[in-house]
Amino acid sequence: MRGFHRLRRTSLVPLAVGVALALAASACGTGSDNKSNSGGNGGTASTPGVTDTTILLGSHQPLTGPAAPGYSKIAPAAQAMFNYINDNGGINGRKITLKYVDDGYNPTKTVDVTRQLVQQDHVFAMMAGLGTPTHSGVLDFLNQNKVPDLFVASGAAKWGDTPDKFPWTTGYQPTYVIEGKIIGQYVKQNLAGKKVGFLTQDDDFGRDFVKGADMYVDPASVVARETYTTANTNISAQISNLKAKGAEVVLGAEIPAFVALTILGNLAADYHPQMIVSGVGADIPTLSGLLESFAKQGGKTVKGTQLIEGLMATGYLPASTDSSNSWIQLFTKVHDKYISSIPFDGNVVYGMSQAYLFAQAATRAGKDLTRQSIIDAVEKGGFTGPGLVPFQFSKTNHNGYGGTQIVKISGGLANPQGTPMVTDDGSGAINSYTTQQPAAPANGIPVS
Amino acid sequence: MSHFIDLTLGGLTIGAAIAAIALSLVLIWRATRILNFAQGGMALACAYIAYSVTNHSGSYWLGFAAAIGAGLVGGALIERSLIRLVENKPPLNAVIVTLGLLVIIQAGLGMIYSVDQHPFVFAFDFHGYKVGHTSLQFSPASLFAVLSVLAVAVGLFVVFKYTAVGLRMRSAAFAPEVSRLLGVRTNRMLTLGWALSSAVGALAAMLATPPLISPNALDNLFVFGFTAAVVGGLDSAVGAVVGGVVIGLVLNYVSGYGTPNLSTGTALGILIVVLLVRPNGLFTRATARRV
Amino acid sequence: MRLPSWLRLPQQTLLRHALFAVAGGILFYNLSINTSDFQQIRFAQVAYTLIAVAGLTVLVGLNGQLSLGHGALMAFGGYTVALLQKDRPTWPLWLDLLLAVLVTAVVGAVTGTAAARLRGPYLAGATLALAVGVPGLARQYFEGDTGISVPLVGSPSFLPSLVGERWMAWFSWAAALLTLVLLANLARSRLGREWQAARDDEIAAALAGIWVARVQVIAFVVSAGAAGLAGGLLAVVSVGAKPASFSLLLSVGLLAAAIIGGLGSLIGALWGSIIIVYLPVWADDLSRNFELPAKVSDNLPLMMYGAALIIVMLLAPIGIQGTLYRVVRLFRRDRVRISAAEAVTGSAPEPAPPTGSGPPAAPAAPSTHAPAAVPATPSGESAEGTAP
Repeated sequence: MRGFHRLRRTSLVPLAVGVALALAASACGTGSDNKSNSGGNGGTASTPGVTDTTILLGSHQPLTGPAAPGYSKIAPAAQAMFNYINDNGGINGRKITLKYVDDGYNPTKTVDVTRQLVQQDHVFAMMAGLGTPTHSGVLDFLNQNKVPDLFVASGAAKWGDTPDKFPWTTGYQPTYVIEGKIIGQYVKQNLAGKKVGFLTQDDDFGRDFVKGADMYVDPASVVARETYTTANTNISAQISNLKAKGAEVVLGAEIPAFVALTILGNLAADYHPQMIVSGVGADIPTLSGLLESFAKQGGKTVKGTQLIEGLMATGYLPASTDSSNSWIQLFTKVHDKYISSIPFDGNVVYGMSQAYLFAQAATRAGKDLTRQSIIDAVEKGGFTGPGLVPFQFSKTNHNGYGGTQIVKISGGLANPQGTPMVTDDGSGAINSYTTQQPAAPANGIPVS
Repeated sequence: MSHFIDLTLGGLTIGAAIAAIALSLVLIWRATRILNFAQGGMALACAYIAYSVTNHSGSYWLGFAAAIGAGLVGGALIERSLIRLVENKPPLNAVIVTLGLLVIIQAGLGMIYSVDQHPFVFAFDFHGYKVGHTSLQFSPASLFAVLSVLAVAVGLFVVFKYTAVGLRMRSAAFAPEVSRLLGVRTNRMLTLGWALSSAVGALAAMLATPPLISPNALDNLFVFGFTAAVVGGLDSAVGAVVGGVVIGLVLNYVSGYGTPNLSTGTALGILIVVLLVRPNGLFTRATARRV
Repeated sequence: MRLPSWLRLPQQTLLRHALFAVAGGILFYNLSINTSDFQQIRFAQVAYTLIAVAGLTVLVGLNGQLSLGHGALMAFGGYTVALLQKDRPTWPLWLDLLLAVLVTAVVGAVTGTAAARLRGPYLAGATLALAVGVPGLARQYFEGDTGISVPLVGSPSFLPSLVGERWMAWFSWAAALLTLVLLANLARSRLGREWQAARDDEIAAALAGIWVARVQVIAFVVSAGAAGLAGGLLAVVSVGAKPASFSLLLSVGLLAAAIIGGLGSLIGALWGSIIIVYLPVWADDLSRNFELPAKVSDNLPLMMYGAALIIVMLLAPIGIQGTLYRVVRLFRRDRVRISAAEAVTGSAPEPAPPTGSGPPAAPAAPSTHAPAAVPATPSGESAEGTAP
């Protein structure tokens, strides 16, 4: 500004005033450092976040911004499950609180909020941190500081494949490679000879999915490999390409919004491939909710579920519309009591299942709950719960669910095609898994 | 060949929406010399109003009318209240104020409607037209998009060039002191400029938002619209329309023949190339005095 | 009231600025050792934001060229450091940062040259496209959304007892103070005066023998170098360079920080950086105190951020530093000296409208408040009688 630099003498007063303000500002920051937080800032010096009656967990979630739709429900659902468990006595006499903070899916902010949760709020453990680019920025920090980093909400393989490098981190959902493999095998066994196209998200999700599928799908049958980026919702060009190349089967690694866009785009182009999509994008209430307004046929409005009739997908948890399933009944009860204003869909089931898994691990760890003991509890593995497939947790493998189930959506329900399948991230074979899912405990408290 | 036709038609459709946003930005720039960064947000708010009205009344066109009306009223209100306060301040202040407005609008929409996506219907059938056995990537909804934007552009041209109001608006923008002396209510013309611009923005939102609406749905559209306005020349409405169509086509071709990630980069490339050759946009008849 | 000569600040520029830097360093050191480990990360964030905002405020405030793309320039610095840390892990961090500065400066030279003929909103549009296009290109040609990781900074070998976070804060602030000294010196040098001359009246500057285009490109280069350093530090603090870290929001935030702090003022850059880093935190803390439904509480911090931008702009239109300066001047006794300066520049010193084109024509809209000096003919930047 002209005024400043003309004068030879700089006044120190504005600088002094400003410095005083800066010091005051940081004092506000330190003030909140010293403020004791609800949920176990005290407790034993060696185990932060745990007192005799409380456990404090932390999580980073995209609550705002372009990545937020759908995912912003997961953490409130988990907290609702914890509330239900707390109301029924808690785990080993302790009530669980989940403090989840918005990172807007911005990795820089994730680093900031995670450090805040660990160093300022002194959480016992991080749980269900969401997002691959976001969470990969805090992996080193959490492991160096020996903070349990449980059940990362992403299907990347890096959370669980190297427990020697990241002993405090565990995954949760089946990795995208596993999903791709199982879908690829289905195509090979049931749709051999048909032309195959891919429509995948342009990041690790899509790439890992394709890697898995390519292990089984005949390369000669792949006619198109299209990608999309979440920044651009106009995918008419990609659909046009798939149609032009004549793909009869389209394998999709897409988030729900883009599955809906693909279905609409296919309709607009009068293109009717068999779509098989990753479970990530296949939640029935979400999809039919998004598509319902478009299901007009001959002037009559039909239900949105009509538009996803015949869509094939994967799922490792019971579908949110399966009201005969005891776990869905439990989750619906919890939802109606604590978060009834949020629509009940697959994200809610996901969040509650994660909360239940933590409750199982904490129960197993026992009264003497330390950061090491929760990791040991997870590594013992063998948890049975809402999942249709088993966990891979062990001392040498920190990956979560080890498989998934192919389903075909019909009449708003997910009809299983064959049995659930289990496999690994690498070249291991795919095997059937036929053990039945246990019934849900009535009060939500895990038995073991 | 049909692939190329599909891509071209798709590009025209999205180009129409981009052209509409570009047009609204040009309108505000010509009237008040302000870059309205909240344009996308304001347009989106109008679309949300249409969403609510349509859901409650069952009529799409009532919602459509509500959106355009909200655009007119909202634009006028914002100009009168907020923008009035920064019109005589350094121009960058208006940039920050409109940015703040954008953030507030998006946050507010998230508060009212949640950040989740909701379905948002098209004006007409979205199934592509059939030519023989093949389906084109062009539907009645797309046709409506292209025709409506064309109609608005022509309409604005006529208003500005041939009507008294248009003349007053132009004179208020270019020679405010003299206009005031000649009896033109310059303040009213500014408000009118903003009102019209927001109405055009609302139209763009109604065309571009389907099928899914969410608080961040129009972020990209705004950036592309801004790029198109700059490419065409911020003082030229014809430039805005041409720029919008060109950007739309390029984006679609690159997505179709290349990779989607490169599409924003290509738009950047076009912008740079155009501005290197014509620093004031394609259609500005620059009369800069060069010494 | 004049201070005795030994108490007054030295007149030589370098010495005077170095003194400020040392004083700032001492103040910061005291702040750092008295606050928690966690706060150090915030301090480091303020430091690298300050570097970028200082560079931007020099470009926009002193030289009058608008840039909405500094986030993209930071991306160049960030990816350079990340790539070097990955492929050349033995090279020291300061070397990586230096290379980040050089790489980004080169990019700045290219951008500046391309942008040399652009003015006002066209420059804004070009830099906006840069801000949006570069992350997309990074996503395409580097590891997509996951980006490139940077190893977590640990304690330095010569101070093993120092916690990693504190060390990060210290060297970030050292870099920030060094940058501020350099920029302050430049601002007071001949180059700085040429920048301001080009901003105020291009034609007059050209007539006075200043090579305007060259001077403007140099402004871009300097400002880009600062952004590169800031981006490199961001990659270090955020443990990686990813497209989502360098979004349009970052570019916009930097500009907002520069304007709110006070355009053209380096101390203003400090205010702006503090606000941009701490405002979301305060807003978040504040909104947690109310029991609100999820929809509302999730978005409340954002709404407060937007409201704060508007309120500050309305209350302090010449920025925080500008307002502080005015307030201080009210209390100064030697008004005579100052009003002489004011008389020379004509009316209160307003920052010149940095559209950087021709004579300052009626920049803002014609309204009931007529700007100071309105030439009879409209400026050449707008076309007359174009078809609408």
